[in-house]
Amino acid sequence: MSDKSELAVVHAGFPSPAEDFMDVALDLNKELVKNPSSTFFARVKGVSMIEDGVGDGDMLIIDKSAEPTDGCLAVCFVDGEFTLKRYRNMGDYALLMPANKDFKPIRVDADNQFAIWGVVKYLVKKV
Amino acid sequence: MAFIGLCDCNNFFVSCERVFRPDLERRPVMVLSNNDGCVVARSNEVKALGIKMGTPLFQVRDLVKKHNIAVFSSNYQLYGDMSHRVMNILRKAAPSIEVYSIDEAFLNLDEMPMDKLQPFARDLSARIRREVGIPVSIGVSPTKTLAKIASKLCKQYPALKGGCLMYRTQDVEKVLATFPAGDIWGIGRKSNAKLHSMGVESALDFYNLPPAEVYRTFTVTGLRTWKELHGEPCIGFEDVQPDRQTVCISRSFAKEMTTLEELDAAVSTFTGKVAEKLRAAKQCAQQMSVFILTNRFREDAPQNFQMKTTLFEVATDDTLEMSERAAQMLRQIFRRGFAYKKAGVMVTKLTPKRGVQQSFMDTLDRDRRAQLMDAIDAINRTEGNYTVRLASQGEMDQFSARTMTSRKFTTSWDEIMEVKL
Repeated sequence: MSDKSELAVVHAGFPSPAEDFMDVALDLNKELVKNPSSTFFARVKGVSMIEDGVGDGDMLIIDKSAEPTDGCLAVCFVDGEFTLKRYRNMGDYALLMPANKDFKPIRVDADNQFAIWGVVKYLVKKV
Repeated sequence: MAFIGLCDCNNFFVSCERVFRPDLERRPVMVLSNNDGCVVARSNEVKALGIKMGTPLFQVRDLVKKHNIAVFSSNYQLYGDMSHRVMNILRKAAPSIEVYSIDEAFLNLDEMPMDKLQPFARDLSARIRREVGIPVSIGVSPTKTLAKIASKLCKQYPALKGGCLMYRTQDVEKVLATFPAGDIWGIGRKSNAKLHSMGVESALDFYNLPPAEVYRTFTVTGLRTWKELHGEPCIGFEDVQPDRQTVCISRSFAKEMTTLEELDAAVSTFTGKVAEKLRAAKQCAQQMSVFILTNRFREDAPQNFQMKTTLFEVATDDTLEMSERAAQMLRQIFRRGFAYKKAGVMVTKLTPKRGVQQSFMDTLDRDRRAQLMDAIDAINRTEGNYTVRLASQGEMDQFSARTMTSRKFTTSWDEIMEVKL
């Protein structure tokens, strides 16, 4: 009998004052992935972008459909490999800029197998 | 005139591999079946080499070497996810779609004005290429059968840019003249042989047959195809999948199995998968069969095919109940001294779960078991397949040998793309 009365107390309690203001909880997926069809994840390896804050093991959220703009952080496919660089459009050619003074810019033109695979939208770092 | 679209992904499995390997864009690429047995997808370069669909790998080993063909084991996790991405774009673009297979869907374009159709198809095609990386061919016509042909045209003519509207009689006839009758959607191998003997080679020859003759020779199904070619829609748009009549999971093993324990694990795994599929479709099965068979290509070993079928008193979708019954049946048909190459579990006599007949003789508390199954399914959905499973169950993957599989780039955190800095 005591069980029942305890239950009754809970049910008869005041309704939550927040009830009328209920919101949907924040969802990182919704915030970081605007277009699920064109979003891909990648892990980075190396140190050439360290001055831009991109370090070994970080995760990239890439939008494959985004139009690359001058200076954007781009996942590039150069001569058989994926690499992350700042993309500089120089007209006849492009420069892939590292962010580490020990590395030199990569110059790519029509002779290279080159494509911008996608544009990095977010960087996920474990701290 | 109402229009229907067909979106077909070009060489789908090959295209999926190429998204993550842009260096293979112009290289010949092919994908193999489970166990790396035969060719199931070919790039255009491989097609040009004359390698046919279904060719066993060992028959083309020399060509693979000579032409530096990139060979992949099938990576269904990747293909499934890429397919979802394409279908989701189609769903947003068209009022309704009918997913026809992993790489094909019909689009309902009833309400679209005529002058918008061609640019719509072309833009949608470009969008899928840009967003997912998969090249597709979209055919738009008054009937499904014609839409299929129109989509094939896109593959032949790159100038169409992946979108082709085909409806005018003179256009249709011109296209059909160059299209083999055997490649028409709905013309099977048997009908094709019959067409040959009648001297019908091109789709136009078939189109020009008198309808009465088509009906006489190919019955009502043939006549339906004939009418569809003439622009009269006969095959309806099904945006709701009809209920399945049967679910079957079977696999050929990479290595033959000789012990009951090995087969037990396989049958238990397949049964679990079948039950999961039933629950996802909200169906229950009245009847279940288990079968095992030896390798019929091996003339040096004794041959055996065994199948056992059972009826459930109350139609079920319960993994525990089904697995127990499947294991019993396996014990009854297993023979020592045979090397088994393949096993499978099949359920038939399916009914919607809501309409299942109860029995007062029932020994199971079905409501509680349903809750248990729901809980297991929910965990496996969020935490990954096979997180909760029976001790006897394995994973589907372990029964096939795939040695040249690419990564699960989109479905496993451990296997996402790697980008060098």
